[in-house]
Amino acid sequence: MAAIPPNIIMQIFVNEQSCQVAAETRLYELRDSENQQADLLIVNGYPVSADQPLYDGDRVVLIVRGAVPTSDDLEALLMARHTPGVHEKIKGSCVGIAGAGGLGSQVAVALARIGVGRLIVADFDLVEPSNLNRQHYFIDQIGLPKVVALKENIKRINPAIKFTALALKITPANFKASFSGVDVMVEAFDDAEQKALLISHFLRTFSQVPLVAGSGMAGFSPSNAIVTRRVAKNLYLCGDGVTEARPGQGLMAPRVGIVAHHQANAVLRLLLGEEPE
Amino acid sequence: MKLSLNGQEREFTVPLNVEQLLEQLELNRNQVVVELNSDILTAENYVDTQLKDGDKLELIQFVGGG
Repeated sequence: MAAIPPNIIMQIFVNEQSCQVAAETRLYELRDSENQQADLLIVNGYPVSADQPLYDGDRVVLIVRGAVPTSDDLEALLMARHTPGVHEKIKGSCVGIAGAGGLGSQVAVALARIGVGRLIVADFDLVEPSNLNRQHYFIDQIGLPKVVALKENIKRINPAIKFTALALKITPANFKASFSGVDVMVEAFDDAEQKALLISHFLRTFSQVPLVAGSGMAGFSPSNAIVTRRVAKNLYLCGDGVTEARPGQGLMAPRVGIVAHHQANAVLRLLLGEEPE
Repeated sequence: MKLSLNGQEREFTVPLNVEQLLEQLELNRNQVVVELNSDILTAENYVDTQLKDGDKLELIQFVGGG
């Protein structure tokens, strides 16, 4: 192809690779020159179904439906539906998660799906049948350490994530070594005393690192009672704050999942420099 | 002395440390996170931390479930 004079080129991204094309190139023209088989075209994070003009700085992802991409293309294709610019900011980040139950397993999956580069997850427990009503595990994982099972599941979703599995009970004696260097910390325990113990020690030691905690998610009270609030300088609390797990009031996927995803979005906002509340 | 508790001003007539404040408020010391004037405390500091007029506290209670 002949060199294009600089005044009539534009810079766009095709499958996350920067490239130069002639100004006024249209979407279908680009597809035909890059990959005629592509039948799912995503422009700036949104799938489009008609030809359209392209502009300088646009991000175009060309996908062949049903085809498993090569590992080079995989990352770009996994992130095609992101708001543009988000993935670059979070792929170098590290998030700590204490607990891999109903909250932790789902927070980890959400953060892996968006491409948070490194996750450190600690839990001493094994997968058992009563976990499956709300936790991201499968029947054939019963008996495995939760962190081992979660690592397997995350690798099936996004193999680029660096996942550190800590099969241990987090205590005031070992949390520092376990979670040193995280950009954001997530409290995802079940027990109220364990929550308070970890949060107070973590925030006292790592006073510059924000922590996102969960409290109040049992039963089937209305979803809209669940909120994200800033409750101390570096402490964000997701949940309704009051509905505790107790005899007669169980823990179930919908509300635990809502809190987990409040936590995951609070983490994302913190990593992007936004206030979660 | 006047203390700010979760943004609400409260008056107390006797000297209190953090442990005694939590008792008076009937909060379970093991299920609460205490922030005093923007610093988080741990439970082993509660008895030694004497409160004074004008202190601002955030007392965050946790319930089980996750």
